[in-house]
Amino acid sequence: MTDGRRWHDMGGQDAGPVDLDQHDFALWEKRVDALQVITSTKGLFTVDGLRRVLEDMGEASFETMTYYERWVASVNQNLVEAGVYTLEELGARMEEVKSRGATYGEAAGG
Amino acid sequence: MPHDHHHEHLSPSGHPYRPDDDVPLTYWQTMEIAMRELLIEKGVTTAAEIAQQIGAMDARSPADGAAVVARAWVDPDFKARLMADGSAACREMGFEPGALRLLVVENTADTHNVVVCTLCSCYPRNLLGLPPDWYKSRAYRARTVKEPRKVLAEFGVELPDDITVRVHDSTADMRYLVLPARPAGSDGLDEAALAALVTRDSMIGTGLPRPPE
Repeated sequence: MTDGRRWHDMGGQDAGPVDLDQHDFALWEKRVDALQVITSTKGLFTVDGLRRVLEDMGEASFETMTYYERWVASVNQNLVEAGVYTLEELGARMEEVKSRGATYGEAAGG
Repeated sequence: MPHDHHHEHLSPSGHPYRPDDDVPLTYWQTMEIAMRELLIEKGVTTAAEIAQQIGAMDARSPADGAAVVARAWVDPDFKARLMADGSAACREMGFEPGALRLLVVENTADTHNVVVCTLCSCYPRNLLGLPPDWYKSRAYRARTVKEPRKVLAEFGVELPDDITVRVHDSTADMRYLVLPARPAGSDGLDEAALAALVTRDSMIGTGLPRPPE
């Protein structure tokens, strides 16, 4: 980008046709949405905190990650910064989750 | 809009369910599970609270916004209150539009309004449900403020040149709702029948209400 704007400030740029395909939200996406609402409502972070991490993730994330993939990354970062849990706790739990099974249903226990 | 019939493999909105339960677990799904379990164990939330929040979000749909629009069409005093303070008028009808101020912009014979969030995905989700995928897409965010008539044409909305198009770019501090113009030929309809004419896209500005049958 050459006009000094950050990548997320995309208003007015050229782009292709609007893709009108719609997917229904998966359970894990709804859970990410719910956790964002619950934890921010409880004052653990603000919408500005959510957006700061999303914007700092950079343009590549917008092309390679889905909406709720970016959101879970941002909510997690904000929760770690708020001291709710540590990266070590998260890492250990993610390893344990992976060991439960190969699919979301198996790993989430339902 | 929901279909009247049901299919085994289709959601209530008629789209296929995303088969996330039986495809390989992704890194980000793993993070969601771990994050959720840690939040419950730390006492920040409960499984019941999460389920309640998902249920509340699932229960919100464009029908809520459509009820508000139909009321505004039949009740001039309500419409005046809606235009003056959108949030308060919605609460009057039992809808909770959230902490952010709801601004209502009215389509008239010479003006068409359309809403976008160029910076992210701000959307009146408490009144319309979660935003459609295209609302969050680069193409919609980038182009709507630059060539709104072309974008609207892709949605099937062709506006004559003498209609002014106003594009409203949301911020994190407020939410916009378009009050579409009441369709011609709808004079005899009651409020419920009018609400059935109001589509999600007509309240974003990328569509028009259905014509009465």
